[in-house]
Amino acid sequence: MEFVNPEGLRLDGRRPMEMRQLRAEIGAVARADGSAVFEMGNTKVIAAVYGPREVQNKSQQSNDQALVRCEYTMANFSTGDRKRKPKGDRRSTEISLVIRQTMEACILTHLMPRSQIDIYVQVLQADGGTRSACINAATLALADAGIPMRDLVTSCSSGYLNSTPLLDLNYLEDSAGGPDVTVGFLPKLDRVTLLQMDAKLPVDIVENVMQLAIEGCKAIATYIREVLLENTKQLEYRRGL
Amino acid sequence: RAHSSTEQDCCTTLVAASGSSTILPPFSVHRPAGTLRQLFRVSSSTFISTQLATFPTYPAFCAGASMDSRLANTWRLTVNEKKFIETALASDLRIDGRKPLEYRKLTINFGREDGSADVQLGHTHVMGFVSSQLVQPYRERPNEGTMSIFTEFSPMADPSFELGRPGESAIELGRIIDRGLRESRAVDMESLCVLAGKLVWAIRIDLHILDNGGNLVDAANVAALAALLTFRRPECSLGGENGQEVVVHPPEAKDPLPLIVHHLPIAVTFGFFSTEYTMVVDPTHSEEAVMGGRMTVTVNASGDICAIQKAGGVGVPQSEIMRCLRLASDKAESITKNIKDAVEAFNTERMLRKIKRHSTAVAANVSIENDVKGQKDKLAGQRVNESSMSQMERLKLKPDESSISQNDGLGSETRSSDQISSQRAEGNAPLFLGGPSSWDPHTHGVDPDFLKASLAAQGKSNPKAEQSSEDSDDDVAMQEKDASEDVKPPSLATDSSETVEEQKTSIVKKTLKDAVKPKNRRRKKTRS
Repeated sequence: MEFVNPEGLRLDGRRPMEMRQLRAEIGAVARADGSAVFEMGNTKVIAAVYGPREVQNKSQQSNDQALVRCEYTMANFSTGDRKRKPKGDRRSTEISLVIRQTMEACILTHLMPRSQIDIYVQVLQADGGTRSACINAATLALADAGIPMRDLVTSCSSGYLNSTPLLDLNYLEDSAGGPDVTVGFLPKLDRVTLLQMDAKLPVDIVENVMQLAIEGCKAIATYIREVLLENTKQLEYRRGL
Repeated sequence: RAHSSTEQDCCTTLVAASGSSTILPPFSVHRPAGTLRQLFRVSSSTFISTQLATFPTYPAFCAGASMDSRLANTWRLTVNEKKFIETALASDLRIDGRKPLEYRKLTINFGREDGSADVQLGHTHVMGFVSSQLVQPYRERPNEGTMSIFTEFSPMADPSFELGRPGESAIELGRIIDRGLRESRAVDMESLCVLAGKLVWAIRIDLHILDNGGNLVDAANVAALAALLTFRRPECSLGGENGQEVVVHPPEAKDPLPLIVHHLPIAVTFGFFSTEYTMVVDPTHSEEAVMGGRMTVTVNASGDICAIQKAGGVGVPQSEIMRCLRLASDKAESITKNIKDAVEAFNTERMLRKIKRHSTAVAANVSIENDVKGQKDKLAGQRVNESSMSQMERLKLKPDESSISQNDGLGSETRSSDQISSQRAEGNAPLFLGGPSSWDPHTHGVDPDFLKASLAAQGKSNPKAEQSSEDSDDDVAMQEKDASEDVKPPSLATDSSETVEEQKTSIVKKTLKDAVKPKNRRRKKTRS
């Protein structure tokens, strides 16, 4: 199947280095301390953050840092076929672990000992790149909750089909069986926190594909900063400043 | 300041360390022996006892924690231990004496059955088992077999593992290995199809963690690969009307087939620490407790990256990651060679065992009163097997006079087997069939002169009286043989070549004692 036609257009009309349309909204869940909805093309994800609050399970309390918990679920209606079990299956557990460790590395947990920060992420529409969208949404939600962080964590995926590196794969390109690289990046510190790859690729091509994903992350970071700035301006306006 | 000065002392003593045979850790007499051993393995050490002014007592965190059994079992490093490990790493020293980029020793053993492997990487001990079953294929992939990986983190491996549902780390480990094997198409799935759309082979890999000494992913991956390489699935053929019925042949009827494995994806784990640019390969259990992040790179010997898993943790610059990828390719080559050598040795042993199995079946009949016909059939079978086996071995051996004697051996053994049946008919104790054969590459046979001398020295002993004792001797010998596997092929092999030699030197009257005694003598030789 041809994923990049001779003119250089992909299945959805994008160029190989073009990302899907981004849209973010802060404050979607009124009850939560911080929340956000993040859309990357057709992938739509909602994140809610509760914390820092008292540790519910006293046995897991840590004396010198905050406890970060994360739960990733996919709604039944998020994919084409109705899913049987939205959480508890292996993939969801692994992605929860991945998101938790990614966010834990950048939250300044030592400032909030004996407390707990919960991140709940739910996928409302899945069209490839759900992991990246979840991390971006979690970053926005944490910023909305006012939790101190080292840097924004942004994430983007990329792949390699028809001998071309492609940025931000959608579901069709993802399930094509080619390699799929997801990168989680700290733009200001210029560090890679999350890196997942599957399928076979020679080392040099891995470097190219990873570099492409990092560029995508930087672009998302600029967008997220704009959104947060806009949000702060709105808050100031409502406060009457 | 006092603390930092003692730290300074610690550093300088580490750097200026000279070899000493004992390690005295800088803290803790109160630590239980098990964790002590875990932390500081006595090796050709470069640490000498440091003199820290203050020794922290073993933290009684158990008292502070609640009654939850999970946390009470968690082993936590003290601050001092963490600092020790990190400071040592700053001078490129690890607590078990390795360099930062050095791998631990990898040992691969196999069980008796096909498809079971036992891997030891330092203190980490993992077992892998592969089994197969006929199932219906997935709807989207009607002509591909399936593969699934199950991990079991046994509570005996680590106090923090619990029985029941696998925890997060168990699931992560399973998925890393699964991604490495499935997405990179290491195992050929299409060859596992029996009836498209109806029946395919489902391969199930079970990984049992027996001892957690750090870096479970790598060890479990090697165990899975070793088990897959030695696994044999039963052969099946289509039969019945319209070829829709599947007949699975048992291993005795048709030799089971190995899986087709295209390449070996090897997992190499790196540990990153919060101090800049500190990276270790193959972290141990205590290093895992200290490190800030980890990355597992699954790469095969041709340099293709099959999977990368860096699930969060401390941030690492892109250049470091590329460096890790290249390091991983180098490590993968040596580990692949290691696995292939071990599998090669197992396959050779397996073939030898097959030969030996048939020989012992005959030898066991020798001392037991059995049906003549049954024995004849077995002998015929053995003859066929030996000829086929010897043909295989012949291809391996250099062509020398051994092949000639081999032919004689076959012929003579045929003769001796006929003799056996005739003797059995007469009711005498039959000739012991077995002995060193020149087709076994591991034995040198018996010196014919020595044999002649020993036989002459025996003289004429009473055959009848001794045959009963010989029978029991033989039984004992048989049992001894069954017990010691290594000695078995050479001893058996030497036995048969001995009978060959005997035949050649044309000694007409042979008693059981003649056959048994040299064998015992040889056993003593091999033992000593």
